[in-house]
Parts: sequence; structure tokens; C-alpha cells
Amino acid sequence: MSFPWANEYKPSHPLMKWVDEKLPLPRFVYNAVGAGYPVPRNLNYFWNFGVLAGFCLVLQIVTGVILAMHYAPNALVAFDSTEHIMRDVNWGWMLRYAHANGASAFFVVVYLHIFRGFFFGSYKAPREMIWLLGVVIFLLMMATAFMGYVLPWGQMSFWGAKVITGLFGAIPVVGEPLQIWLLGGYAPDNASLNRFFSLHFLLPFVIAAVVILHIWALHIPGSSNPTGVEVKSESDTVPFHPYYTAKDGFGLGVFLILYCAMLFFLPNALGHPDNYIPANPMSTPAHIVPEWYFWPFYAILRAFTADFLFFPAKLMGVLAMFSAILVWFFLPWLDNSPVRSGHFRPLFRKFFYVLMVDVLVLGYCGGAPAAEPYVMISQIATAYYFLHFLVILPIVSSIEKPEPLPYSITEAVLGSDDKAALAPAS
Amino acid sequence: MTRLIGILVGLFFTVAVLWAFATGAANYIAEPPAATAESVYHRHPKELHLQSDGPFGTFDKQQLQRGFQVYKEVCSACHSLSHVAFRDLAALGYNEAEVKAIAAGFQVPGIDPNTGETTTRAGMPTDYFPKPYPNDIAARAANNNAVPPDLSLMTKARHEGPAYVYSLLTGFQAQPAALVKQFPEAKTPAGLHYNPYFANLNLAMAPPLTSTDQVSYGDGTKATVDQMAQDVAAFLVWTAEPKLEKRRQTGWPVLGFLLFATVLAYLAKQQVWAGKKDKKKA
Ligand code: HEC
Ligand code: HEM
Repeated sequence: MSFPWANEYKPSHPLMKWVDEKLPLPRFVYNAVGAGYPVPRNLNYFWNFGVLAGFCLVLQIVTGVILAMHYAPNALVAFDSTEHIMRDVNWGWMLRYAHANGASAFFVVVYLHIFRGFFFGSYKAPREMIWLLGVVIFLLMMATAFMGYVLPWGQMSFWGAKVITGLFGAIPVVGEPLQIWLLGGYAPDNASLNRFFSLHFLLPFVIAAVVILHIWALHIPGSSNPTGVEVKSESDTVPFHPYYTAKDGFGLGVFLILYCAMLFFLPNALGHPDNYIPANPMSTPAHIVPEWYFWPFYAILRAFTADFLFFPAKLMGVLAMFSAILVWFFLPWLDNSPVRSGHFRPLFRKFFYVLMVDVLVLGYCGGAPAAEPYVMISQIATAYYFLHFLVILPIVSSIEKPEPLPYSITEAVLGSDDKAALAPAS
Repeated sequence: MTRLIGILVGLFFTVAVLWAFATGAANYIAEPPAATAESVYHRHPKELHLQSDGPFGTFDKQQLQRGFQVYKEVCSACHSLSHVAFRDLAALGYNEAEVKAIAAGFQVPGIDPNTGETTTRAGMPTDYFPKPYPNDIAARAANNNAVPPDLSLMTKARHEGPAYVYSLLTGFQAQPAALVKQFPEAKTPAGLHYNPYFANLNLAMAPPLTSTDQVSYGDGTKATVDQMAQDVAAFLVWTAEPKLEKRRQTGWPVLGFLLFATVLAYLAKQQVWAGKKDKKKA
């Protein structure tokens, strides 16, 4: 896409002219993330997280590819080869901690990116496709992270793999054969480890491909903004470069400071100690918990402790856990308020904040042992989660009276009294 | 239509989970979870302060050497240290000759160059610490059916690892009479030892550190049980994370550089946006 006032790529150097004629790649980049992409002038810092997610993806691929040069995907030596990386490979400890904490950082960033979408209604027309591709990316990320966690072949790797693949066993009729087929055996073993490694190497590149589609889809309507009011004129936008390259550069700096503080000073704070014990099929850990970024969904899985109608408890848990993410696919149609931004939706906003607290509570319960009071709390929180997306949002969006919207982005930024400034910026 | 189906699906999950809640709550009231010996008597690790704590912490090499001595003279009878090679001990401040001498003091598995039969030979700096038992069955047979775990990663493999190791080693005691009275079935079985820091209160390891001067330190430090426990915990911090100092030494300049670069990036951003200053927050 572009707005008619987008800057045009004009190569000055003869070499660049030559390249542009044969393969207009520089032109493509210029229009995608350069001065040729007009972006609303009023984006807040929540709009930094898309670029940060892209940075995390590259970081994971680079550190991951180097780790794979030293790692051995064999159940007999996987644990030792990880320790070999930590001890004997030059800067191996840094690579491994960078990759492990990079996964956490990636999820922090992507969760903020998604919550930005929830609050500002970024999923609404005309941006449904961006959102749908985003949910696909998120599912792929979860699969990738899960399989990556299995690779060091520690206790949590093994038992996590067992629990998660066991979920497929809850599916009626085909469940058990499916589980055996996924693992390549009755329990996680060498066959499972090998295929998880293969897929863990592959999926980030699939994610990269979907990210390209995601950004392609983004460039058709262009970015939304905190007011949710669409771009009307040139004065509403600034070119991506230098305005947002500068802002993203600063955001990247802040991100890297926090990330490196974790990497160099608290590299194991987010991990579970049991994963420093080699996998042992004969000894079940006291509490099997996944990595923190799966906790809200794990809490939903474990909340279904009683059979319901014809549904065994375990099957309900599995259905609910997957549905908790799949509902996001329907969000653009569940919430049909014409107003995008939560800033102008007083009722929606209250429920949005309740949802944030709800997800944090679910996360806390998901990391806690499966005992009371955590189970009961997570049951209430799970009920709210489904009510929020499937019942409250559709109803709120029909009954709510939105607050008046600004006429334009420029008006929102400069104030309506400043009419002179509404003239196209020079 | 989507919204109608959505509402129905939403109500389905909500009712199902509230049903589970109601069932659980009814059970909870009918049969409140009973206290167990673990829930009452298990204790959180004691405090332990090591020179390697904190973002500026470094290893106290003197202490690591003492801890190594405790491992070598006491723990190595039962526990392997399989991720550590003798050459790594140079990091504790031993010189080449000392490392060679330490290695030579251990017998490691070897092959007789003449007959090709398996045998043992004196260790070399490139060898790893040998395992005390040929296999897990032998280890179990000698230890009341429990395998003494490898200690290389122990301080990273338990919550609050260093403090836990220290507390475990100094925490052996007679089982409180009140416990047995309240939970008769939790009486420490024969061959196990009561220790409130261990997850299920009874473990197969007999107290390994029992008397002052069990090892004689070369540096004049008095070898009390508490001191030996601290020293071996410090040593196991090193075995679990030998790159700890290097990691922090790398971290500070990295953070310094990033702070500087981020300030520059902020100033650059301010300059770029100078003409577009918001008059009112959107
Ligand atoms: C006589 C053999 C023996 C000696 C000597 C010994 N241990 Fe143990 N140790 C064991 C056994 C057996 C276990 C397993 C206990 C169990 O799981 O019930 C164990 C377990 C442990 C554990 C793990 C507890 C847990 O949380 O699973 C630690 C830590 C430990 N020993 C440290 C040491 C240290 C440090 C020394 C030297 C000061 C030492 N041990 C000396 C036999 C020994
Ligand atoms: C690898 C992971 C991802 C990358 C690299 C990525 C990248 C980006 C980038 C660069 C942008 C533009 C900048 C911005 O608005 O922040 C963007 C926008 C967007 N992303 Fe993502 N994204 C990822 C995952 C997701 C996920 C998981 C979702 C939702 C489930 C999502 C939903 C959106 C939406 C709706 C927009 C448009 C926002 C707007 O214009 O208001 N993205 N993404």
C-alpha cells in the first residue's frame, strides 16, 4: 500500500540505480521500513514491540544456529553436550544463556505486542489479517519454545514433553495412537528428541516467513495508532525513517539493557532447577511445571478437574487450553464496536484491566503446585477468561456508548485549538 | 452469528469450569486436606553468605580449595563430579604441578596397553573426576537403595542451591518426638536419616560431616562442621558455574556500553522528533 504522499525511492548513485532496475530490493526495503513508509505520528511506546519481536527472532536464530553446531541431539549425550557448551565451548555459556533468556524475552515482548492489540483494537478491520497471522505466529512460537525446552534433556525437559504429548492422549479414539506417533514411542526417548530437534531448528524459519506475511499485511492499511482514528492526511503521518527508526533504536537500547541484565546476572532466574538434573524416566519430579510463558494456559488446562456432561475432565482441560488461544482468531468478529482504541471505550477499558489481572492470576496459579487454593483460584480466573472473550466482549461492544473521537490524528496530537498546525506539515 | 456461537461456547466452558470449582469446593469442605509431616516439618534453607554472591561477587579461591579438599576426602567416596576435569582445578589457584599431583592421586579407568584389558591408571589433568561406583546398581547396593547424585550441578539443581547444600549438611538431627506422635507413619525408616531440609524429611545419606577436624585444612582454618559445610557449598557453586566470574566481568562493560548507547539513541530520537513535539498527549 501506500498513502499518495509517501516518499518515493530515488537512487542517486549509479550503482543503486542499476540494482534498482534489475532487482528493486532497496526500493522494497525503503518502502517497508524506510522513508517510503508513512506511519501515524502519534504512536506510543507500545508500538515498539513489533520491531523488538523481530529483533528477538533474529537473535534466537543466530544464537540457535551456533548452539546447534555444538549440541548433540541424542538422548545419551544431550545433557552432557549442553554442559559441554557451558564449560568448554568458547563463550558457549553466553550463547546458551542468551538463547534461553532470549526465549523469555521474546515472549515478554510478544505478550506486550498482543496486549497492545487487545487494548487498541488493532485486530479490527481493516487489520484482521495482520492479527490472524499474528495468532499463527504465536502458536508457532509456543510449539518452537516447547520443543526447544526438551533439547537439554533435563528432568523438566523429559517430564514436560511427557505431560504435553500426553494431552493428545485425551482425544477420544485417536488419542493414544496419535500420542505414540508424535513421540515415536510410548514415552519420550531418542526418537522424540531427534524429531523435536529437527522441528525446533525448522520452525523459526517458518515463523520468519509468517512474519514477512504479517508485515506485508500490515503495509496494506498501514499501522493503526493509539486513537484508533485512521490516517486522513499527510499531516497525520511521518516517514518511518528517521522518525520511527530513531524511536525503535532507543526502544531497542532499553530492551537490551534489561535483557543483558538478566543474561549476565540472573541467567537461571526464570528457569527451573530440575532441568539441571539429567532426564530420568524412573523418577517423577514433585511438581512438573512448564516455562513461565506457558503458565496461564497450563492453569487453564489444570482448572478442569471434574467430568462435565460427556466430557472427561482431562479432555475438557485440553479443549479449554487450546480454545484459550483459538478464541483470539475470532476476536475481530466477537468485538464489533466501531471504535478501536480502548481510550474511547469506558466500559471495555474496565474489562480490559480485569483481563490483565486475570491473566496474571492465571499465570501465578499455573506456576504453583496443583493444590488448593491455587486450583480454585485458577477455576474462577479461567471462567472469567472465557467469559471475557466470548460473552463480555460481544455484549459490551453492542451496549457501550463510546466517548467522542478526535477528528484526526493531527488534532489529537496538536489540540483542536491549534488550527494552523493542521495544515500539512512541511 | 459468530457472536452467538461465541457466547454459547463461552458459556459452555464457563459452566464446565464452575462445575469443577463447585465439585472441588464441596470436596474441600467435606475433606479438608490433612497436614502431612512434610507440610509441617520441612524447613526452608538457612541463610548462607558467600563471597560469590551478588552482582559483584567473586570466588574466594582459598575457600574453594578447602571445599575441594572436603569433596575429595569425604564426598568423593559416594558422589561423582562428572562434569569437572582435573585441569579445571587450575581455576582454584593450583599451579600445573599441583594439578598434576592431584590428578595422579585419583585412579581412573584405563586400558592395559599390553593386554587390552580394562584396568585403572593414575589420573592426568585431562581426565575427569572418576565415578565412585561402576554403575547405579552398585551405587544403590552400597547406599540403602539410593543413588548418590552427581554433585557437579547440585547448586543449580535445587532451589537456593548453595544454601540448601549447606543446610542439608548441617541439618541432620534426631527426628522430633512430636513429629512421630503426630504422624506415626512418618517415622524415619531404618537406614534413612532425618533431615528437615530434605524434601521428604528422610534421606539415604548418613551425615557425612560429623566432627571438627574431620579434614585438616592447610591454611589454618578451623575445620568445624559448619565451616566444612560452607566450604564445600562454595566449591559446588564453582563446579556448577565455573564461568560465573567471567560472566559478571563481561556483563558490566556490556551494560555500561548499552547504557551509553541508549542515552545517545535517546538524544538522537529527541533531536529527530524535535519539530513534531506533541502539544497534548493522545
Ligand atoms: C556414604 C556415602 C555418602 C557420602 C560420603 C556423601 N553422600 Fe551425599 N548422598 C548420599 C546418598 C546415598 C544420597 C541420596 C540420598 C537420597 O536420595 O535419599 C546423597 C545425596 C546428597 C545430596 C542431594 C540431596 C537431594 O536434595 O537430593 C547432596 C547435596 C549431597 N548428598 C551432598 C553431599 C556432600 C556435599 C558430601 C560431602 C560432604 C556428601 N554428600 C557425602 C551418600 C553420600
Ligand atoms: C515473531 C513475532 C512477531 C513479529 C516479529 C511481529 C512484528 C510486527 C511488526 C514489526 C509490527 C509493526 C510494528 C508494531 O505495530 O508494533 C507488527 C504489528 C502488528 N502485530 Fe505483530 N509481530 C509478531 C507477533 C504478533 C502476534 C503474536 C500478534 C497477535 C496475536 C501480532 C499482532 C499484530 C497486529 C494486530 C499488528 C498491527 C498493529 C497496529 O497497527 O496497530 N503480532 N507486528
